[in-house]
Amino acid sequence: MQGPAQETGAPNRGPGFTAEALSRLAGRKTLLGALIPVLLLIVWQFASSKGWIDDILYPAPTTIASAFYDLVSSGTLWDNLRISLARAAAGFVLGGTAGLALGVLVGLSRRSEKVLNPSVQMIRMIPHLALVPLFVLWFGIGETSKVLIIAKGAFFPLYINAFIGIRNADNKLFEVAKVLEYSRWTTIRMLVLPSAMPNMILGTRVSLGLAWLGLVVAELMGATSGLGYLMSDARQFSQTPIVFVGIVLFAAIGKLADTGVQAVERRLLNWQDSFKGQ
Amino acid sequence: MAESILEIDNVSRVFVQNKSRVIALDRVSLNVKRGEFITLIGPSGCGKSTLLKIIAGLDTQHKGNVRLEGEEIARPGIDKGFIFQEPRLFPWLTVEKNIAGDLSLRRPEIRERVAELIELVRLKGFEKAYPKELSGGMAQRVAIARALLRSPKVLLLDEPFGALDAFTRSHMQEVLLEIWEKNRTTMIFVTHDIDEAIFLANRVVILKPRPGSIRGIVPIDLPYPRKKASGSFQELRVKILSEFEKVDEPEPESNFVI
Repeated sequence: MQGPAQETGAPNRGPGFTAEALSRLAGRKTLLGALIPVLLLIVWQFASSKGWIDDILYPAPTTIASAFYDLVSSGTLWDNLRISLARAAAGFVLGGTAGLALGVLVGLSRRSEKVLNPSVQMIRMIPHLALVPLFVLWFGIGETSKVLIIAKGAFFPLYINAFIGIRNADNKLFEVAKVLEYSRWTTIRMLVLPSAMPNMILGTRVSLGLAWLGLVVAELMGATSGLGYLMSDARQFSQTPIVFVGIVLFAAIGKLADTGVQAVERRLLNWQDSFKGQ
Repeated sequence: MAESILEIDNVSRVFVQNKSRVIALDRVSLNVKRGEFITLIGPSGCGKSTLLKIIAGLDTQHKGNVRLEGEEIARPGIDKGFIFQEPRLFPWLTVEKNIAGDLSLRRPEIRERVAELIELVRLKGFEKAYPKELSGGMAQRVAIARALLRSPKVLLLDEPFGALDAFTRSHMQEVLLEIWEKNRTTMIFVTHDIDEAIFLANRVVILKPRPGSIRGIVPIDLPYPRKKASGSFQELRVKILSEFEKVDEPEPESNFVI
């Protein structure tokens, strides 16, 4: 008995994860994505060389590049960047893990939700900048207060997304779990957590971004090292090129980290059957 | 004479909705023999899906009892495999992982059994496919394999082919019969399609609504595989249709409880 035509032979494995396919994809996407920044740079450099814009307020890209080179060769850049990266990583891991754990707990347990969620939401509404002086007061101007500020930022996206992801699990699949006699733990492991995965990954991306951005806020308060410190120090002495170096680095590193998570996301979520834009 | 594997004993089920009571099932009794293929057929509201869920243990708010191999059914379980109208596969698992469920594919005996079942439902080559890559018929076959892996005592199917087009449906009916012929698992199949009911069953149980009860049971003595176009098939079709026509007489008021 021959089945319908579509069933002969195994399916094509979808978007190939072969190196060749990936580089093809990355190549064209990067080109398109780089269009706006590159255009901006060209216009900027041109305007600068013609003297149309103030050199102090908007240094030419070439000036910025040479400032970058100086910082790198003197070792200053890496010394400060290293510290910033460590702070951001520590804060992200601390806040993100706490957010994930609490979000999962509150998602799974109605009672926990009723008890914990209102308090969490209240804390969420307190602005970062208002907390900074308070944290400095409590924890001093050392690393602790900085990492905690970053952690607070990283907490909420993962908390909320873990919570929502778990509550989005399909009821119909719960009936299947009942028929298959899955224990409570098995149901959580095999049904609830995997179905929360898309949300949790989204939460990770947002948390990572906020942790990185929170770095600047954290380093504004009595910092003596780090990328944010470098920038605010340069600003005090009107060394605008260095400020721009900082801005570009912030953008570049943040984007890189996000791209990394997206790559992991593609792998982990390759089973998804959702609209991917036209 | 094969003994009864399933005894449905005076089962009644009432649904209360916004102050109105609907008698979904009214003292339904039926004995199903081991290895039988039973189809439950009837119009909407006759209680066939309700009865199936009660047998599955997914619905426990009924009067009367259902006994599987002598033991009363109190909850769902792998001994009562259930195939829903939608395949309900876990989208993040491949075909073979969906079938294996919480059993580890690292165990050789599980791997073997899963491979056997994939062969049985004719999905060889699709072990690593994701549900999004499967057609409706293929996904249902995975659902069937998933249920069969647990060696259920009885397989309950709730209009499993309703969402499929006519050709796929025919094909799936043949596949199901093949599976039944191999395993002789007792099958209870709910449908509203008379041809499907006759094609598959040893006995067709006709249910009528308001209140839900058994109107008649028609044994189908034709040898397998049956030909829908044959004279004897069509005779049975007429016989069953006329049972329905008897059913369509207006019900006396007293039977409808509000």
